Amino acid sequence: MKFTGTKNYVSTEDLSMAVNATIALERPLIIKGEPGTGKTLLAVEVAQSLGMDLIEWHVKSTTKASQGLYEYDAVTRLRDSQLGDERVKDIKNYIKKGKLWEAFESDKQVVLLIDEIDKADIEFPNDLLQELDRMEFYCYETGETIKAKKRPLIIITSNNEKELPDAFLRRCFFHYIQFPDRPTMEGIVKVHYPKIKKALVKDALDIFFDVRKIPGMKKKPSTSELIDWLKLLMSDELPDEILKNADTSKAIPPLYGALLKNEQDVQLLERLAFMSRREQTK
Amino acid sequence: MLINLFHTVRSAGVPCTLRELLDLLGALEKNLAFADMEDFYFLSRTTLVKDEKNYDKFDKAFEIYFKGIETLEDIFEALIPEDWLRKAFEKELDPEELKKIQSLGGLEKLLEEFKKRLEEQKERHEGGNKWIGTNGTSPFGNNGQNPEGVRVGGEGGQKKAVKVWEQRQFQNLDDSVEIGTRNIKVALRRLRKFARQSTEYELDMDGTIKSTARNAGILDINMIPERTNHVKVLLFFDVGGSMDPYIKLCEELFSALKTEFKHLKYFYFHNCVYESVWEDNRRRTQERFLVQDIINKYSADYKVIFVGDATMAPYEITNAGGSIEHWNEEPGGATLKRLCQHFDKVAWLNPVPDDHWDYTSSLCIIRELMDNRMFPLTLKGLEEGMAELSK
Repeated sequence: MKFTGTKNYVSTEDLSMAVNATIALERPLIIKGEPGTGKTLLAVEVAQSLGMDLIEWHVKSTTKASQGLYEYDAVTRLRDSQLGDERVKDIKNYIKKGKLWEAFESDKQVVLLIDEIDKADIEFPNDLLQELDRMEFYCYETGETIKAKKRPLIIITSNNEKELPDAFLRRCFFHYIQFPDRPTMEGIVKVHYPKIKKALVKDALDIFFDVRKIPGMKKKPSTSELIDWLKLLMSDELPDEILKNADTSKAIPPLYGALLKNEQDVQLLERLAFMSRREQTK
Repeated sequence: MLINLFHTVRSAGVPCTLRELLDLLGALEKNLAFADMEDFYFLSRTTLVKDEKNYDKFDKAFEIYFKGIETLEDIFEALIPEDWLRKAFEKELDPEELKKIQSLGGLEKLLEEFKKRLEEQKERHEGGNKWIGTNGTSPFGNNGQNPEGVRVGGEGGQKKAVKVWEQRQFQNLDDSVEIGTRNIKVALRRLRKFARQSTEYELDMDGTIKSTARNAGILDINMIPERTNHVKVLLFFDVGGSMDPYIKLCEELFSALKTEFKHLKYFYFHNCVYESVWEDNRRRTQERFLVQDIINKYSADYKVIFVGDATMAPYEITNAGGSIEHWNEEPGGATLKRLCQHFDKVAWLNPVPDDHWDYTSSLCIIRELMDNRMFPLTLKGLEEGMAELSK
């Protein structure tokens, strides 16, 4: 069972190695990298290429570790007891299974995605140490131990908003998705738009990497933005010259809205374009 | 097995433990990387390194370790029996090339010559026609054009010419110190304030039981907002000049602060706070934030921590135009005072030992401006400072 990328996802050698190590040793894999470099997509593609089911757990700032295991719905049970419902006698009726429980329970091996773990409280990863290590946990209400039938393949993504505790990191493998270099980027574009004109890609990539180089950007455009932008460029069927003359004839790249997500960045770019035009007319 | 690599990596400052080494060995046992240097590099990196800021340290250690092996004088005898090597060699070469090798006196001579030149040569080499290195026409080295050449290290020309770890592409990620001492974090924990302010509600079990009882047994559910960490911190860091001896200490404090608080904004200043501060030290000249904007933007309940040695010429605080870097319209002291007036809780942490404080007049001035809320940057001082901030 080896992962080498799919027809929709270009995986670099080092990323494939990290995923394969995760598959072989059944350890969770932490994926970090700039937003838009395909961290979340990785789990989807791994699941697809290995023919496994994907269970997604999206973490928010209010998510608690115990919610991934199970939740005990005391309120409903109290209400049912008032109404004399028969269900009230069995506490199991009020246990809501979490994503981890779901993954542990599955008969087949699944891929479990814990998305954006850094969004949660700083204690969140610590609360999952034992669960991820032994792949089992104890349910207090029913007194049973839930043990993974097949250790799931766990992929955890982080945007580096908070540092993760050492004890947690020890139990995982780690990979940092670097921003793709030009050849990789061309590969990625090819995967998404096989019929796109070569010249268009070349010009677009030139502009794209130039824009990324501008210092002081609030949010640098990343792979996903490039893909969106190309989609727009193609659907608009712009003549090639517009891209080529972007710096001089127009203030900023056409359809910049897909690339830049921040009005301050747009202003910055406009200012720069203005300055370069002024220099040229001198 | 691989214990030496493990120690090299550890001594380069990558915090890896036995557990990770065992993981790596486990992965090797499963044949994840077999006889391929690059695969092994990726594999060991993914198992041993847990943060991209340590990638660069790892790359360096990896290079040192494997350079060590490459430069081993008798690598051929040490690793592979010589006749195997010669077999492999001869298989690689076609008869024509074999004939050419004779021009140097046969394979034995070639290997001998290799060792000899390796001894003579002490540094890395590129181009040229004698030394071992890359892109040359000498018989030894990498990517060369000499048919009787011995490739030393690196990949062949059809793959990447430079080893991945030699590129050191993660160099600029390594700008922060590994997570500082646990002690600092524990001291900071004092500042944690759990407030029930959020919009998420949870069941108040005690309240529900109480009000249900009061309700003659008819269920009455009470909900309360969840407890969340609500401390908001503004951090002002003195950089450069006299702060240099305290860099390590400050880095530790900084990384501890960063993990501990959800709402943390930080700014830098030099010597004294003037009308503007900056957020990114590399672009301090281009990106400035006005102190007045900060006062307008952040509410008074932000806790403000200054970190600095407060050691400078007194006029840098008291006089307009006193800054050593630019012309400031307003004395630094006045700006500082304004910050202290706006924010309720302010503390200054000073890395200078507190028994030296009285000997520096600028330090005394700042301490006075801060209403004595200056604390030494020791664990004890930190505890006191946090106690002051959480009053």
